[in-house]
Amino acid sequence: MTANEKKQLMVNACKVRMGIIEGVHAAKSGHPGGSLSAADLFTYLYCKELNIDPTNPKWEERDRFVLSKGHTAPGLYAALALRGFFPQEDLLTLRHIGSHLQGHPNMNLTPGVDMSTGSLGQGISAAAGMALAAKYQGKSCRVYTLLGDGEIQEGQVWEAMMFAHHYKLDNFCAIIDNNGLQIDGDVAKVMNPYPIAEKLRAFGFAVAEIDGNDFDQLEAAFTLARGTKGVPFAIVMKTVKGKGVSYMENNAGWHGKAPNDEEYETAMKELRAQLAEVEAM
Amino acid sequence: MADVKKIATRESYGNALKELGAEHEDLIVFDADLAGATKTSIFQKAFPQRHFDCGIAECDMVAAAAGASTMGLVPFASSFAMFAAGRAFEQIRNSIGYPHLNVKIGATHGGISVGEDGASHQCCEDFALMRSIPGMVVMSPADDVEARAMVKAAYEYVGPAYMRFGRAAVPVFHDEANYHFEIGKGELLADGTDVAIIANGLMVNEALEAAKALKDDGISARVINMATIKPLDKELVLKAARECGKVITCEEHSVIGGLGEAVCALLSEELPTPVRRIGVNDEFGHSGPAAALLKQFGLSAEHIVEVAKDFCKK
Repeated sequence: MTANEKKQLMVNACKVRMGIIEGVHAAKSGHPGGSLSAADLFTYLYCKELNIDPTNPKWEERDRFVLSKGHTAPGLYAALALRGFFPQEDLLTLRHIGSHLQGHPNMNLTPGVDMSTGSLGQGISAAAGMALAAKYQGKSCRVYTLLGDGEIQEGQVWEAMMFAHHYKLDNFCAIIDNNGLQIDGDVAKVMNPYPIAEKLRAFGFAVAEIDGNDFDQLEAAFTLARGTKGVPFAIVMKTVKGKGVSYMENNAGWHGKAPNDEEYETAMKELRAQLAEVEAM
Repeated sequence: MADVKKIATRESYGNALKELGAEHEDLIVFDADLAGATKTSIFQKAFPQRHFDCGIAECDMVAAAAGASTMGLVPFASSFAMFAAGRAFEQIRNSIGYPHLNVKIGATHGGISVGEDGASHQCCEDFALMRSIPGMVVMSPADDVEARAMVKAAYEYVGPAYMRFGRAAVPVFHDEANYHFEIGKGELLADGTDVAIIANGLMVNEALEAAKALKDDGISARVINMATIKPLDKELVLKAARECGKVITCEEHSVIGGLGEAVCALLSEELPTPVRRIGVNDEFGHSGPAAALLKQFGLSAEHIVEVAKDFCKK
């Protein structure tokens, strides 16, 4: 990508992070930590990787994205709003009665959401089912799904991995957000999922291990994924939970908690400074 | 009785899938290493490129079927009732029910007529589990003719539907030429005025036998086949309660949460009527030949007759 493209992605990622903080603050609840760790991924997917049309969210030939770690909906919503699927101000209605922005994604309410998720371990199966269907239908679209590193403790995830490999779903790409933290703490201490990449390779996936907060590495991984034939692809991306908001970074306490008014101001001040810095580049 | 044809409704399921598959390319089938038993193998043989074995992974199968349905296909996902409605309950609830996706669940080996495999495989809770999911259609056919018609109706219907089929061969009593199935509509099989017997699955034939026997005792029994448990045919139940004054429900399912409770819930609110529920009482089954188990658990014409006679005395 060009320097200018990269700069634009970085600008957009700052805006996605602001959308996350604004939404979760307005909701007085929600999951900022894992939304922020995957904010660069959401930005890359919706601004560069996915073949989608915001004016026609149900376009049959579109690429699909399933947020298997559905609790990070604030990140997905912020990216969808940025890409124009719905007005930016809707983010402030997150989790409110009557809002189309439910606590976890609802495909029947929110334009651009391809699958209702929230119960961990199920989204990846649905995504694999979509990829299988696309192959049967002769569609050239691709299917992407994002999982948490805690989520892969669910046994169903590995059923889905077997399925994706068995049916040679090379139109399928699973991304694992390895931010290292889950509700009860360090993933390695709660129920060690490591080594993740080796497990995926053993399940027959082609795997890229990258820094998920780096756009050059995201681009390289997705380019590799698109060129891989005969086997499904997985991206294990190391990220920082809470990335972009200093007091949330690497702190499991911010997995599922909203900032109060004072914390909100601090977070937004930091993100505005980051945005100004990127725009000045 | 010797020349009555007997067919297991799981066999009907496989045959209907094959017939439908020939007409509709968007119909695909998922199974979880039980194709030979659920009879989706009949479809598999005809359309191998549209039959997807998921291995012994029912939760993944159900959610994958949900995903496939979002692409415009009509997936039928199959396993034993215990592992479809039971093991994959939460996947059905969250990935199919909540988004109201167009997935059909074909669950075979329902009830205790599974027989020798014993309690671990005898699912008597599936109606209760599936009924509790908003928007889910729940059905159980009485014989081969109805089962095949039901599968076709489920394909035509847009939305989630659960169908329960049996392992054991059961008498075919419907006349195919004059039979029409409609989701949500019960079927009046015998008219009567003293007591209404509302049954589904293999209990419908038992209810018909019971009604014949009761006639000799001077009891006029109405027999209704309630193949759709949800949505319940309220009008037919209320009419039966109004005209007969007594209702007996019969199902190869726990008395908790199935047809019996659905009928009781309706009647208690709209037309309080005495009801007797025949089903599996709050207990597990065990190993044995299907016929012997059905008799032992009171799922027989003889038991219906006993209950009806006692009920009509009062």
